[in-house]
Amino acid sequence: MSTQTEPATEGRFGRFGGRMMPEALMAALDELTVAWREAMADPAFTGEFQRMLREYAGVPSLLYDATKLSEVAGARILLKREDLNHTGAHKIRNVLGQALLTRRMGKTRVIAETGAGQHGVASATAAAYLGLDCVVYMGEVDTQRQALNVARMHLLGAEVVSVKSGSRTLKDAINEAIRDWVATVDHTAYLFGTAAGPHPFPSMVRDFCRGIGDEARAQCLELTGALPDAAVACVGGGSNAIGLFAGFLDDGAVDLVGCEAAGDGVDTMRHAATIYAHQFGVLHGARTFVLQDEDGQTVESHSISAGLDYPGVGPQHAYLSETGRATYRPVTDKQAMDAFALLSRTEGIIPAIESAHAVAGALQLARERPGSTILVNLSGRGDKDMGTAIDWFGLGEARPDDDAGSA
Amino acid sequence: MSTATAFEKARADERAALVGYLPAGFPDVAGGIEAMTAMVDAGCDVIEVGLPYSDPVMDGPTIQAAAQMALEGGVRITDVLRTVEAVAATGTPTVVMTYWNPVLRYGVDRFARDLATAGGAGLITPDLVPDEADDWVAAADEHGLDKVFLVAPSSTDDRLRRTTQACRGFVYATAVMGVTGARESTSSLAGPLVERTRAVTELPVGVGLGVSTGDQAAEVARFADGVIVGSAFVRRVLDAGSDRAAGLAALSALTRDLAEGVRRA
Ligand SMILES: Cc1ncc(COP(=O)(O)O)c(C=O)c1O
Repeated sequence: MSTQTEPATEGRFGRFGGRMMPEALMAALDELTVAWREAMADPAFTGEFQRMLREYAGVPSLLYDATKLSEVAGARILLKREDLNHTGAHKIRNVLGQALLTRRMGKTRVIAETGAGQHGVASATAAAYLGLDCVVYMGEVDTQRQALNVARMHLLGAEVVSVKSGSRTLKDAINEAIRDWVATVDHTAYLFGTAAGPHPFPSMVRDFCRGIGDEARAQCLELTGALPDAAVACVGGGSNAIGLFAGFLDDGAVDLVGCEAAGDGVDTMRHAATIYAHQFGVLHGARTFVLQDEDGQTVESHSISAGLDYPGVGPQHAYLSETGRATYRPVTDKQAMDAFALLSRTEGIIPAIESAHAVAGALQLARERPGSTILVNLSGRGDKDMGTAIDWFGLGEARPDDDAGSA
Repeated sequence: MSTATAFEKARADERAALVGYLPAGFPDVAGGIEAMTAMVDAGCDVIEVGLPYSDPVMDGPTIQAAAQMALEGGVRITDVLRTVEAVAATGTPTVVMTYWNPVLRYGVDRFARDLATAGGAGLITPDLVPDEADDWVAAADEHGLDKVFLVAPSSTDDRLRRTTQACRGFVYATAVMGVTGARESTSSLAGPLVERTRAVTELPVGVGLGVSTGDQAAEVARFADGVIVGSAFVRRVLDAGSDRAAGLAALSALTRDLAEGVRRA
């Protein structure tokens, strides 16, 4: 059954989703929906998408049997190695799909928003690869926190616009990208970075990312002869998680578990656990859960991981939580950083801090269900996070050469 | 009182109506009420009270700055309703321009009821299209409120038909593909859009986005039933800074210039 996957009304997932957007963008969203549907039905498009993923992005990513982590955890943990993809995260799947679609639609310019810079770098990469002009909107606060990624985007030929409105972070970067798009929609495509926003983005981004789940399902069957007991992913806007879940939605025996960023803790004001907070609302074009105050003003989220630091969530996740098909649990900064260190030490894999939230969730599940098989999407690698790790753990101070001669 | 009455009156005078926008709570709640009252006194036919919102995707830098000031000043939805009540008491139809989430959070029916009680005429909804508006349409109809949806140069004829069918009061035609903000010249897209809109509805058509001077108002008034001005008013208040009297004088002067413009066409 595909009731979990396809909205009954176009773009709706139960009471979530839709198109809460200015009229000026409706024609473009319709055009995009039609173009995307036609492209997905055209073997020339899907074939080219698969070729790019394979030859350029390093996909399918490996499924890795993390035996040493499993020993510590008390359950069999399998890691879907999206961290090994080109540009270091699952995000390349989505941008290659959207950028290829942009070219097919005859548009020449792409815009994107970015928080930490991962989606911005991926967008700049896809634009360079496919010969498109690229402008990336990034909150001023984030351009300062992530100067290295700004430099990467520059090197790839993209223009980076520092957004000074509102809280000067990801949500404001999205606002500014939408404002650009309203004015440029005839020749510009908006490469939205996660499975949120107005229809068709939640469904389209899911479909471009669903290789994560489809590949992992086949790889898990081949490796273990069975499906996993649970599939676990971190949830910011929700693209890597919905990409993973899409492969298992119809396998009722596979528990789907999303890990939200709980920051300092869900009992504080400083978190990004949108589904946990459970406040229905509208943000960036979709009805979904939104961190907001009593007057419906969006409140700022907090997480040690920039990629999870978003006050909304993709509407399909809101729906999956409401139907109970997936469950979502909060993971604090501390729990994520402990998992970050543990995976580094046990397996020699430094994950993105976003992905470390999923690892932490898997460790909790392992304690709850010892001996089970838990598939974790390792959505990205940790290179970008070393600054945060240095601060958190106090790393980077080499041992003084105090016993010279004894070596 | 429906905004339709203001458009009918303007039509009887063979001119376009002047619609003026300011966000509530800007520069503060009392100052905003004073400012809007000054605009009424100087010749605005309809007042649009903006509900300041944290994520205003249809607004350019000028209105964003005003909304942010209002929010930092602690403006609440109850203050917006208080502003509506004060302005509507002048007898000038007063509508609220709001992004959807604050209304959703407040409760759609509760908002409609409280707005009607305050004497408000209805809502302009920049990020709510009729396709998504079942609950608002029901609440507006129940409480006798105007439903002003937007049409854009990119709207297909089919969408124009469906959108205008869902409107009450007037239709808001966005003159440009873009966000709010003053512009040097009037848009060439506005005329054709108004023409296409008129082909499918009897409702008055107001044109907004980018109009900031009496001359531009006169140009737009030649083909539209209403001229909607926002950023230019906000700019006057911003530029006056802490000199409230100067701000009010500038607002009145701009209103007179625009009111003269809509009569000159
Ligand atoms: C490595 C990684 N994982 C996860 C995310 C969160 O995004 P999403 O929830 O869309 O997968 C990000 C976002 O930047 C990321 O870089």
